[in-house]
Amino acid sequence: MNPLPLNLLPPGADYAAVMPLLWAFAAAVLVLIAEMFWPYRSRRGVGWLTIAALLAIAVLGRAPSEAVYFGPIALDGFSGWCNGLLCLVAALSVLMSLDTLEVNGVTRGEYYPLLLFAVAGGMVMAAATDLVVMFLGLETMSMAVYVLAGMGKARRRSNEASLKYFLLGAFASAFMLYGIALLYSQAGSTDLAAMAGLAGEGGTSAVTRLGAALLLVGFGFKIAAVPFHLWAPDVYEGAPSPVTAFMATVVKAAAFAALLRSVLLAMPWVAGELQTPLWVAAAATMTVGNLAALRQRSLKRMLAFSSVAHTGYLAMAVVAGTSEAAAALLFYLAAYAAMNLGAFAVMMLLADRGRPAENISDLAGLGRARPLAALAMTVCMLSLTGIPPLGGFVAKVSLFGAVLDAGFYTLVVVAVLNSVLSAAYYLGVIRAMYFDDADSVAAGGASAASRVLPSRPALTVSILLAALAVVLIGLSPSPLLGSSLRALASVAGF
Amino acid sequence: MVSAESWLRWIPLLPLLGAVLHVAVGYRVGRRATGVLACSVVGVSFLLALRAFSALVSAPEGAVLADDVYRWIAVAGFNIDVRLVLDSLSVVMCLVITGVGFLIHVYSTGYMAHDDDYARFFAYLNLFTSAMLVLVMADNLVLMFVGWEGVGLCSYLLIGFWYTDTAKASAGKKAFVVNRVGDAAFVLGTFLLFWALAPGASELGASDLGASSLRFADINAAAPGLSPGLVTAAALLLFVGATGKSAQIPLFVWLPDAMAGPTPVSALIHAATMVTAGVYMVARLNGLFEAAPAAMTVIAWVGAITALMAATVGVVQNDIKKVLAYSTVSQLGYMFMALGVGAFGAAVFHVMTHAFFKGLLFLGAGSVIHALHEEQDIREMGGLRAKTPVTWATFAVATLAIAGVPGLAGFFSKDAILAATFAGGHYGLWLIGLAGAALTAFYMTRLLRLVFFDSFRGDRERGEQAHESPRSMTIPLIVLAVLSVAGGYLGVPHALGGHDALGSFLAPSVSSAAHAGHALQLSMAVEWLLMLVSTTVVLGSMGFAWKLYAAGPDADVVVRGALGRAWQWMASAWRVDEAYERLLVRPIGRGAGFLWKSVDLGLIDRFADGVAMTAGVLAETWRRWNSGSVQHYALSLLAGALALVAAVLLGGGG
Repeated sequence: MNPLPLNLLPPGADYAAVMPLLWAFAAAVLVLIAEMFWPYRSRRGVGWLTIAALLAIAVLGRAPSEAVYFGPIALDGFSGWCNGLLCLVAALSVLMSLDTLEVNGVTRGEYYPLLLFAVAGGMVMAAATDLVVMFLGLETMSMAVYVLAGMGKARRRSNEASLKYFLLGAFASAFMLYGIALLYSQAGSTDLAAMAGLAGEGGTSAVTRLGAALLLVGFGFKIAAVPFHLWAPDVYEGAPSPVTAFMATVVKAAAFAALLRSVLLAMPWVAGELQTPLWVAAAATMTVGNLAALRQRSLKRMLAFSSVAHTGYLAMAVVAGTSEAAAALLFYLAAYAAMNLGAFAVMMLLADRGRPAENISDLAGLGRARPLAALAMTVCMLSLTGIPPLGGFVAKVSLFGAVLDAGFYTLVVVAVLNSVLSAAYYLGVIRAMYFDDADSVAAGGASAASRVLPSRPALTVSILLAALAVVLIGLSPSPLLGSSLRALASVAGF
Repeated sequence: MVSAESWLRWIPLLPLLGAVLHVAVGYRVGRRATGVLACSVVGVSFLLALRAFSALVSAPEGAVLADDVYRWIAVAGFNIDVRLVLDSLSVVMCLVITGVGFLIHVYSTGYMAHDDDYARFFAYLNLFTSAMLVLVMADNLVLMFVGWEGVGLCSYLLIGFWYTDTAKASAGKKAFVVNRVGDAAFVLGTFLLFWALAPGASELGASDLGASSLRFADINAAAPGLSPGLVTAAALLLFVGATGKSAQIPLFVWLPDAMAGPTPVSALIHAATMVTAGVYMVARLNGLFEAAPAAMTVIAWVGAITALMAATVGVVQNDIKKVLAYSTVSQLGYMFMALGVGAFGAAVFHVMTHAFFKGLLFLGAGSVIHALHEEQDIREMGGLRAKTPVTWATFAVATLAIAGVPGLAGFFSKDAILAATFAGGHYGLWLIGLAGAALTAFYMTRLLRLVFFDSFRGDRERGEQAHESPRSMTIPLIVLAVLSVAGGYLGVPHALGGHDALGSFLAPSVSSAAHAGHALQLSMAVEWLLMLVSTTVVLGSMGFAWKLYAAGPDADVVVRGALGRAWQWMASAWRVDEAYERLLVRPIGRGAGFLWKSVDLGLIDRFADGVAMTAGVLAETWRRWNSGSVQHYALSLLAGALALVAAVLLGGGG
């Protein structure tokens, strides 16, 4: 059983539980080495290798029918589901970056291994049943993403984004770590199983609540919840577009997965004890995100604020604290990843060497120039607004419904009003594509869409894949909804 | 006896695929490729329909081909499947839709050759064919409604095909709006049946089937067991839907305006196929309608009166397409009269022959219009026989067929309807039908003579340039002319020594158990007598019109004098449009104007603008919050954390 001479393993440890993580880190190292020896000219081969690795991990990371544990690492339905989501979404984001890395100023090959390290960190976050291990995963992911954000080495804004994200991230991590320490002081352990017991007869102690609050500050930073969201627009805008797409989908999903397992499920008392601050934060996040997105001329910045707004919707699940809301959250993450990646991919389609096309006006005339891409963008925008029969609609219906069932009527009203507000800027994108003239004054003389765009087959395929996923999730949501319910049911104790 | 045939789905799918391809690549490939694609998808659908037909002919009586595509709706025991079914009734419709449809597609490649929007036209035409096939192949009311709405949409798109012409665009809109009225009734009828057939509805006077379904077979089987009031209400609601789609009183007003569309569209949609959807629906639900005798009476009388009224209007029209449009309304009236007296087979027979000869008449009219560079006024025509010989010959065949001259298709099908009406003891209806037939013979003879005989009356230059249409247009004319003769021999009555092959083929699909007993029982002598009477009337009427219009359009003055005040009514289509305008359109317009100016602009917009302005101001504020300074951000983070800590600590332990 144990080939090591030293018995460092906790009793009952099963290697099967860590295998997906080991594969993920091994893949990252492998790609790192491969990248060094790969001929410079055909470096997109490394990208294909990365995609292959991610798809393989998605398969290898599936959960066995019976959950297995390796100390504070669990491979249960939940982590299996998250492994699949993180790897598939990451694979799609790699696919869309194959053609666009250089255009976006990324000339270094470390992009791919760093991305794999980030995914591996995210998988640790989803699998951790201990706060310290979860934190390790979070930091692994964050370190990789700090560097990724600065991959556009020759661009000032990329450097600025990286530094800002790093400084503020370190600040937020300190809060989180302090929160974990306070919780440890009360529970005598950092194991999640011990956290549920913190709510005694007369509720929780003030120190416990303080610990949970500081933990939530750390999470609030990672998911970009108000008032910890200020970094998001600047970093999203400054980072190279493929990295932004990755951050807005994979990083966000990993943070929510960890939040789900370690707070929503392991500390059910949080929803009750911290209800008012959480409620206010969720409502403020969606409102601030949507209002700020309303006035953006930059598509990238608009998508950043839109991402903040969606964090607000997702945070409602934490307020509600029910398992239905948690399942809806998982479903929402998947649908959101598809529609958001599609939107970013269309934006990347327009960028040309040395001429980033990141404004909404650059889309003018896209409806004529690239009808298929414009259609895909329309699908994504309508889905982000929440129009049936697309994925975003089903996601909103199930999430809002679950929150409604938990009794938070006012919060749902706020969310619905916010959705109406969001239509203004999402539909603005569609208007720009179809109704604005590519050569009009509003488009600044000549929009990017009016230029002859280089052919980018991988990007085109990923746009179509994303749009297709949005439509399929909307038309036939039952498999994904069912799987997210099963994923939750598998978490021990729920 | 139901055999599963998974290839049936390709019959509607192929034209749909064609439509998608036209949209996707139509503007890149040439006209030729577009035309070939459009025709071939419909052609292959026709071959598939033929295959189904031959399978059904060789199968035992009452056989059904079915294709379960997928389960569309499944809610608590209530299931709606996307299930395509071909039995003898729907296969006949399919053959007509794809067969006549194919010819009209071929014709259109010539007719639309110079149009800028070639691909868009064929995209709509293919889409229409697909929707129409879904309509007739559906095995339940809900799926039928999908096709029903689909053809309505295509009809709207094609009537307003030349949308830059405001009059044409509004004609499309009118068709759409009038059809909405009928469709609303169709939906209500569907809901009523859903409720009546739902499990647990029995205490409300409905039958309990255990599981709800809106399949035609189930509705027909359950109808006799439901309360008569409910069945009558459902049947009447569905019939109102039929009056919309099939242009019957009171919803016929859109069809004459629909002639604004390109002529092949008038032939395919507004003569041969879509407008017969209402007839098909009633025949499909024969069990339901048989169980509602009151509704049947209404249908018969509405049909008869429509047939007569529209025929009178046809007499005084001067636009070649308008004459044919009112003629279509009139012929559809005959079909409904047949349905109303329970002669479902005769109605479907007439649907088929009408598709042949009316399709041909419209295509012929199109050929004439094409030859004269968009001239549609028959007073400006004449003598085209020599210039357009093929058009003339085929148009003449169709005229004889629709008038009911013995030996041609229209004679057999119209005679079947009149005989069935007489046999059922509905002598009043029979008389109306006969009068309608006389008028039909009259206006068609007038049309034929004014267009093709005597000398050309219009602009001389136009007359000299008149030419026969290209072969892509004349060949469909010839094929349809052959069918307008031969089609009738599918239903030669027993009195003439025939076997009524079509009637017995259709019988299993259109005679419910209750109806099986009373097939028409006319003695040979009476049937001969009826034929003699109608033939005499038709020939007399034709002769009269022929002599009268030897004088050219001036003979209209004679007609006008003879009719007196009635002429005014006929010329204004019995003032139905005017009545709608006064009673509905203007009051609604006034109400809408109030809502728009006072409520919407005054109240709602001001409120909405206020909200938008507030949002804008707030947005600007939040945007400023993002100053870009990292110290500032860190401060915000700290402040947030402190606020949270304060909330937690001050909030106290719960």
